[in-house]
Order: sequence, then C-alpha cells, then structure tokens
Amino acid sequence: MPEVYEPKIVAFFCNWCTYLAADLAGTSRIKHAPNARVIRVMCSGRVDPQFVLDAFARGADGVLIGGCHPGDCHYQEGNYKALRRVALLRRLLKQMGIEEERFRLEWISAAEGEKVKTVINDMVEKLHALGPRVPACRKEVA
Amino acid sequence: MSEANGGIRIGVYTCHCGTNIAAAVDVESLAAYAATLPDVVVSREYKYLCCDPGQDLIRQDIADKRLNRIVVAACSPHLHEHTFRGALVAGGLNPFYLQLVNIREHVAWVHEDRKEATRKAEDLLRAAVRRVARHEPLEPGRTPIHPDVLVVGGGIAGIHAALTLANAGKRIYLVEREPTIGGHMAKFDRTFPTLDCAACILTPKMSAVKAHPNITLWTYSEVTKVDGHVGNYTVKVKRWPRYVREDLCAGCMECLEACVYEEARVPDDFNLGLTKRKPIYIAFPEAVPQVPVIDPDTCIQFKSGKCKKTCIDACGERHAISFQLQEKTEEIEVGSIIVATGFQVFDARRASYYGYGVYPNVYTALEVERLVNASGPTGGEVVLRDGRAPKTVGIVHCVGSRDENTNRWCSRVCCMYSLKLAHLIKERTGAEVFNFYIDIRTPGKGFEEFYQKLLNERVHFIRGRVAEVTDWALDPTEEGKLVLRVEDTLASLVRRIPVDMVVLAVGLEPHPDAPETGRIFNISCSEEGFFLERHPKLAPVNTFTDGVFLAGCCQGPKDIPDTVAQAGAAAAEALALIDAGSVETEPNTAYVIAEVCSGCKTCIPLCPYHAVTFLDNEKKVRIDQAMCRGCGTCVAACPSGSIRQHLFEDEQIFEEIEGILAYA
Repeated sequence: MPEVYEPKIVAFFCNWCTYLAADLAGTSRIKHAPNARVIRVMCSGRVDPQFVLDAFARGADGVLIGGCHPGDCHYQEGNYKALRRVALLRRLLKQMGIEEERFRLEWISAAEGEKVKTVINDMVEKLHALGPRVPACRKEVA
Repeated sequence: MSEANGGIRIGVYTCHCGTNIAAAVDVESLAAYAATLPDVVVSREYKYLCCDPGQDLIRQDIADKRLNRIVVAACSPHLHEHTFRGALVAGGLNPFYLQLVNIREHVAWVHEDRKEATRKAEDLLRAAVRRVARHEPLEPGRTPIHPDVLVVGGGIAGIHAALTLANAGKRIYLVEREPTIGGHMAKFDRTFPTLDCAACILTPKMSAVKAHPNITLWTYSEVTKVDGHVGNYTVKVKRWPRYVREDLCAGCMECLEACVYEEARVPDDFNLGLTKRKPIYIAFPEAVPQVPVIDPDTCIQFKSGKCKKTCIDACGERHAISFQLQEKTEEIEVGSIIVATGFQVFDARRASYYGYGVYPNVYTALEVERLVNASGPTGGEVVLRDGRAPKTVGIVHCVGSRDENTNRWCSRVCCMYSLKLAHLIKERTGAEVFNFYIDIRTPGKGFEEFYQKLLNERVHFIRGRVAEVTDWALDPTEEGKLVLRVEDTLASLVRRIPVDMVVLAVGLEPHPDAPETGRIFNISCSEEGFFLERHPKLAPVNTFTDGVFLAGCCQGPKDIPDTVAQAGAAAAEALALIDAGSVETEPNTAYVIAEVCSGCKTCIPLCPYHAVTFLDNEKKVRIDQAMCRGCGTCVAACPSGSIRQHLFEDEQIFEEIEGILAYA
C-alpha cells in the first residue's frame, strides 16, 4: 500500500471520443497524473449507475465518465442519456455522503488530448484536497 | 471446450514495444506480477508482440498450455485488437476470448514516474485478467456492402476519387455544393513546381466526370442527412433550383447575353469579387455542367416579378429556363462515402495589420491566382486596381499559418505557391519581387530545385515576419507606396520596404461548417477543425465510422499531388469494401433475456436506430441484431437487467471495476 495518499479514479471512457482522446494524449506524450484507470465502454450511455455505485463501494476515490460533446455522439444521443442519468446519480451520491467533486462527467472529443490531462489533473488535485473517503456515518460523529 | 476439464486457463503477454513501453513501465515485474494472478497459466514479456514471432508465441502457448483466454498488455485496442484476435484464431480459439490492456498510450507515454506507471499497469492488467475469465465465445456479424458510392465534394479530390471508382465499374453519386465542379484548382493558372497549366490537367477530368455513364453528378446540391451504417447508408441530398433545367439546356449561353442587365453588376464569387457577373451566370467558361444558374437574390423577375424575361425569349424552343423550379430532395442508397469537402482560405481581414480590405493594392494570393490566370479578370495581366503594372511586389508568407493568434499549423502549400506567384509576376511584369518568410519549406519532388531557380531569377528573400503594411510614408521614396515593416532577421535590421503591390500568402483552414458536416457523416474533427483520420499513418483515409473515407484538404492542408494520391487511396478503400461484398462487424450488440423482461418499454425510446420493438403477444421487447449498433444505452437503462450486451456484459465491467480496485 502506498504510504502517501494517492486517490484512485475509475474512469469510464467512451470508445469514440474520450478513449481516443486518452490515446491522443499518449501519442502526443501529454504527461498527466497516473491516478485514473480507464474502463472502455462503447458509449457514455452504457455507463450503468450501478457501475458508479460499485466503484465507490469498492473504494474508488473518484469516478469520471468521459463522453463525446453534445451533438457529436457516435450513437447520436447516448451522451444525453448519460447526462440525464448522471443528474439523478449525483443526488443519490450526495445522500450517501459522497462529495460532489468525487464524481464527474466530462465531454472530451477525440481531438482533446490536452483536456484529458486538464481534467484528470484537476480531479486528482481536488481529491487530494478532500483526502481519503470517510464513510458517511463516521463523518457525522466527527 | 477445454474449460470443461481444465477450467479457465489464461495466458498474459506483456509487450515492450521496443522501448516505448519498457522505458516507462517495468515490464519484467509486470509480467511476474501477472503470473501470480488467479487462473493465469503463463505470463510472458516480449519485445514486439504484434510482429509474427510475438503472435506465434501466443499461438504456440494456446496449443502447448491449453490456454482458453488471452490478455495482451500492449497498445490501444484501436491499433492492434484486430491483430491479436488473429493470433487467437490461428491458435484455434474464439477471437473474443481476448482482452487488451492499453499500457502504451494510457500508461507508458503519459506518465513519468516508473513506479506509479507500473502500479497503474498492474491495476489495469488485474482488471483484464478478471474480465477475460467472463468472456464468451462470439461470432462476428456480417453486413453486405451496397456497391454504390457517394463522393461529397467536387474538387480535384472528389473528381479523382469518383473517376477512379467509376472506371472500376462502380456507380458513383458526386455531390457538389457549388454550381460547378472543379473546386479551388479551377481558379489556378499554373501548378507548382512544373508550371503546367492547371486548366489543361483539370478540365478534361471535369468533362470526363460529366460524360461518365457511371457517375451521377449533382451540383448546387448538399448532403443533409445520412442514416445507416457501413455497407448500407441512406443519404438525403438537397438540390437547390438553378432555374435552368440541366436536362434541357444546351449550354449556348445566349440567355447570359440576353439578360436585361446590360452590364454585369453583381460581384463574381469565382473571381473573388474582382469582376462582376449578371444575375444569370456561369462560374467560368469551362464550368461543368455547362448550365447557367439564376441567382434569385439579384434577378429582377424574382425581386419584382416584372422582368421582361428576355432570357426566356433567348432560350426559345428549348424552354430550359423556368422560374417555377423548386428545391428538391433526393434519397439514395450507398454502401460507402468519400468525404472530400476541401478547405477555405484564411480570411486576410483577420490579420488586420496587413491592411487587407483597407489598402486596395493588398491582395490575397488567391486573388493574384485569378489575376495571373489567362481566363481571369485581366486576361492574365498582373495589374494594380488602377490598371498600372506594379514595379515592386511584396509577398508576405504565413498569413494565417504558423501563428499563435490565428492558425498554428503550417498550411504546406503557401511557400511553394508564393514561389510560383513570384515567378509568374516577375515573368509577366518584370517587377522586383520580395518574399518575406519565416522558413522556406520545399519538401516535395522538384520543390527545392524550383526554389533554387527562383533564387537565380533574383527574386528577393527576406527572412522575417512582416509586422505591418502601412501607407504612411516617412520619406519621398515611400510616397504613394505600401510600406512593409519587417525585421530582417538575417541582417539583424528593422527594414521598411516600399512596394506597389502586397500579396498575402493566406493559409488553408477548415470550412467553418466542418463540425456540422462531421455530424452528418458521423466523423470527428481534429483540434484544428480538419476531419480526423482513423490513424495518422496506417489509416490516413479511414475515419472512425466504417465505410466513410476522407480525401483532400478536408483532412488537412496538402498540395494537388498529395490530394490526388489520397483520393486514389480513398477510392481503393471503398473498392476493397465493395469487392469483398460484405464486411465483418463487431458482435457488441444488445440482446434481451426474454424471461426477465417485464415489458416496461423503457428501452424503446432510448434507441436512436429503432432496433428495439415491443412484441404485443408476449409483452416483451426484442432487439433486432442487424439494426443494433451496440452503444449499450438500453442496457444501462433496463430496470430489470434483462437487456445485456455482448463484449460489454455487466459482469465483465464489474470484474474490471473490482479488478482495478482490488489492492494487491
């Protein structure tokens, strides 16, 4: 186990935009924080809220969903479906005591390798500031 | 299957990719770590797994060690998933028993801390090992390829692609937005570096397009909608009315003469406003098709309804002119699409310090292309706005290229066309010509030799980006001249060069509506706004949408030879699809477990492809496997969990999540 707290982010990236953006970040050698672990899905619309809940339940410090910009979805409108689901999920996570900064939805096109860096670095910074996750029940006591 | 007696037997293969991965990730320790994971029978690392010996290694292990699942930790699945699936097939395994771990693009190339990078690679690898155990054998889908091809854009790229395919016996629809095909090349007089006449090499190809029995040419038309998928696209094309019927017009042009406008008064787009045209016009004498267009915004009949309609009289018995023609939409079926929508030149007004639009004798290079053109507004004479021949000319390179304030990219053609224009201007006027450049870039066959020729012709080259063009004279020699202020970086001097004429070598940029065009064809734009190719080196004409190919400057700035080569490549890709007759598709479709489906219909409105239907008798839904494109949106939304997705099953993704987070 690492001695210093390093947040771990589970990232769901859509196959056509954000996954490619992460590939582009690679081919362009855009260095960024090594905290995100990418799971490839065909579309951000495939991200079942259960995936996000499971990731948090298993100890993820943050969850990031990356999809195509509105209007640019490879499947026309899957990203809008993701957007609607995320709104609901945010409320649920809040009730569970999971801070807002821990869950993020970002539109990153296949051309935006630089944005992959910005988003991940920014998220890692915010998670560092938050510190490790503390179960909601214990937080109330503190 | 061997699973029955031997359980899950996984082989893990970690690639060094030369030093690409090995330099940033400890591949030996990664491979050793993989060997400790459950169900892993063998774990190896190898220099280049994608090459033949690497794949043989996998094939051999499948046989020797009775492997039934393979994990490859290497590059992006977008690059080599297909390659490694082939290795599985060669070893007698179902190709979908593979999981790739992207430790090159997503790890080695983006992280500097070797320990952290290796740790991340371990997490991803653990996730893949857990995921692959849940993989199921699948059969790839097959979809037939409609043999017709749509080519969008009638510049030299579209023309060449269309002719290549038509000559191979395929049926082509060529759609062009302008009233004529020919694109930018039709505006040029000569092409670099051979100085051969652009019209002489282009116009025969334009006529060939019109005459070809396999090509349906729709000019003054625009693609508005594309539905479907590779092999089977339904395309809607909007055709604006020319008010002159193509089927009846003989191309005599008597209507142009007869128009009640005795003098042409409307700025002529083809000549970039350097000349005027009438409301009924043809872009240029060699335009294809040879059919005039009536511009309803300036035609008196359209504006007031009170024209004498002399054009109709002139047309006489042919009755080709009809003011009643309406816009119409055609619908066609094609199997593949070549997008060749070209570029626009940089708007020189954006570089306001060069005075374009303020000083009349500041021209863009494209305007000068028209001036030097024998069929241009001046019949090939290079003259100033007042009709005088310039004695001194300054050509400013990189206007709207290599510039943080406008466009960062190099437009690739400006150096060479500036040299060409310098040569032509000197030849026609004997003027003294100055080139102001940052770097002279002449990488092409015969290009450097052309540059040397220009140096020998005593054209001046001053290295430095021009700061501004001004008419503010500081001494009598500058009176009435345009003064270029520039730092001559070779002489370390700030200089003022007075000239009669300034030519701005404007760069190439994407059409402003490229994002919308991209949406229609389901293709992406790069950061600069040009269309994004599937792979910059290995798939330069493919896009991420199968069956949609790119040709010409819509993909990035390039010269005519490169454009033609790329158009040929795009045509070859389309031909390969057509001749194969069918194409393999990813079996990542969604399917329904009927027993679990409650018939709630949540999924039905979610599907943009209408692949989900409700079965009234059974009160359950069914997903048409041929129509499903595999996004998985319905899978995520199904409240009962009865919709599942091949290759992206919930269990597989949960294994990935848990694998990532299972701290070793």
